[in-house]
Amino acid sequence: MSDSREQTHPGGAGVDTQETPGSFGAGEPVRPLPQAPARPESDLDAPLPAKRMVVNLGPSHPAMHGVTRAVVELEGETIRSMKLDIGFLHRGFEKSCENVTWGQCFPYTDRLNYVSSIMNNVGFALAVEKLCRLEIPERARYLRVLTSELHRICDHLTLVGAMGLELGAMTVFLYAIEARDVIWDRLTELCGARLTSNYARIGGVARDLPEGWREKALATLERVAELRDEIDGLLTRNRIFLDRTRGTGRISRADAIELGFTGPCLRAAGEPYDVRKAFPYLVYDRLEFDVPVGSDGDNFDRYLMRMEEMRQSDRIVRQCLEQMQPGDIIVQDWRYALPPKPQVYGTIEGVMAHFKLVMEGIKVPAGEAYSYTEAANGELGFYLVSDGGGRPYKLGLRAPGWPMLAALPHLTKDALLADLVPTFDSINMIGGEVEQ
Amino acid sequence: MSQAVIGALQERFPEAVYDAYQGVGGDDCVFVHKERIVEVCRHLREVERFDLAPYITAVDYLGAEPRFEVVYNLLSIPRSARIRLRVRVPEGDDCVVPSVTGVWRGADWFERYCFDMYGIRFSGHPDLRRLFMYDEFVGHPLRKDYPLKGRQPLTPEREVHDIFRGPGPATRD
Repeated sequence: MSDSREQTHPGGAGVDTQETPGSFGAGEPVRPLPQAPARPESDLDAPLPAKRMVVNLGPSHPAMHGVTRAVVELEGETIRSMKLDIGFLHRGFEKSCENVTWGQCFPYTDRLNYVSSIMNNVGFALAVEKLCRLEIPERARYLRVLTSELHRICDHLTLVGAMGLELGAMTVFLYAIEARDVIWDRLTELCGARLTSNYARIGGVARDLPEGWREKALATLERVAELRDEIDGLLTRNRIFLDRTRGTGRISRADAIELGFTGPCLRAAGEPYDVRKAFPYLVYDRLEFDVPVGSDGDNFDRYLMRMEEMRQSDRIVRQCLEQMQPGDIIVQDWRYALPPKPQVYGTIEGVMAHFKLVMEGIKVPAGEAYSYTEAANGELGFYLVSDGGGRPYKLGLRAPGWPMLAALPHLTKDALLADLVPTFDSINMIGGEVEQ
Repeated sequence: MSQAVIGALQERFPEAVYDAYQGVGGDDCVFVHKERIVEVCRHLREVERFDLAPYITAVDYLGAEPRFEVVYNLLSIPRSARIRLRVRVPEGDDCVVPSVTGVWRGADWFERYCFDMYGIRFSGHPDLRRLFMYDEFVGHPLRKDYPLKGRQPLTPEREVHDIFRGPGPATRD
């Protein structure tokens, strides 16, 4: 500034030297400005570089269900990249199953998705029956659908409740847990356990409905519907909830398909694909239900899918209770099903069949098959290889939540760290099934 | 229901696919040579619209030759059809399969899983690490010659750099 002025007015005439800082008149060399008096600098004034920061979320973090470790690279509060580290809950599901008989795999499948264990039981039973080319009795099919759909409601309630809880709505969680527990009470009467139901068998199911269960189940459905509508009222138009979930964790339809999404997360992105409709199994082709489809593929749509699917499951359960006819609940074939106890204790054939089933296991014909069902979070697949012996040669599990968890870095790229919480909720990763 | 697709594949890639058969429950299956798997998968995705790869896994047929097999279960939503590709993989240095992550990004973790559990390597995979096991794990647990109760050696604690430790003893017991 002062340089240019000296060039414009070389003689210095008409220039107020006093107003030109750093100059004392014509010909004088430009001197630096006097330094401001040194002020003691506090820590708050320190110039901080805008540096990327790597933060470790988990393995046990309140916002991470189960144990998943996410290493997040943050720029300010924005997630620039993420790497997931899983396997903390790995129990060797496949290896364990390859070393027990086919029937003994059921308790292991209970522990895959521990919120909706019957769906895993049914998925595995259907896979073995596919390999055995076994037709199961009518009533067993209805019972499987009925209990699966009850467990689907449980699974979705857990997701909605946890999602509310982690976004600050504690009440919703309590309502959801209450609704879930009344369903579990009914299922306890049916299978004897709240979580690890172990209900399906190869060729049918373990137990028939107890006396008076139908009326109690209908009353339970009423109560669940009441609580569900309460949750709906609390969350669906809640300003805070909407702000946190709408437009966050978005995925396009094409990306969702390429990344292998199935189930509610795929449908939220606008692809109306449901195994129950596309490849009907059990009695789904006789039941009337709708498949909700979203449009945005964001967290809010994924939440809405769950709310609507609960209503549809409610419809399915009611239809099952209406259409069900008395009959056998398991095949009357002693190569697959345990003989009734009077036969075991009274006849030599019965005791032999029982002994061979327990000690050697069901003889599944050699071959391989991939069987798939629609579990609460997507396609639950079992790839089975049998060598004709009593144990699975290979039992491959396609966990529903697997592709969604794998896509988490994609879903949260360039999102705020706070958006990770609803996104992680809405994909509903269940450690038990993903990490096997 | 995918018979036509398999027929078209055999016509298009006569030397890449072989032994087509219909499995249990009407599943359509075909064997593919491992060098050609990416080409076949790309064709299936782009021309036949098998846009989803729901499940990729591996099997260890110990004693058979070749020993391993990678199984690709594919789904076409618009056609509502499924198909299964099986790829035989020998043991040893040749235990490498070209990665299909370029065709379906969702194949990423499935291939990592196969590498972790069976030791099958996938060439061209962007990040081939173990998925469930820790990096120091010795062996591959789902191989048939890995014992059910196999013991692992103790591994020293990893060096952790660049983490500021708060107050407290530097070494804890």
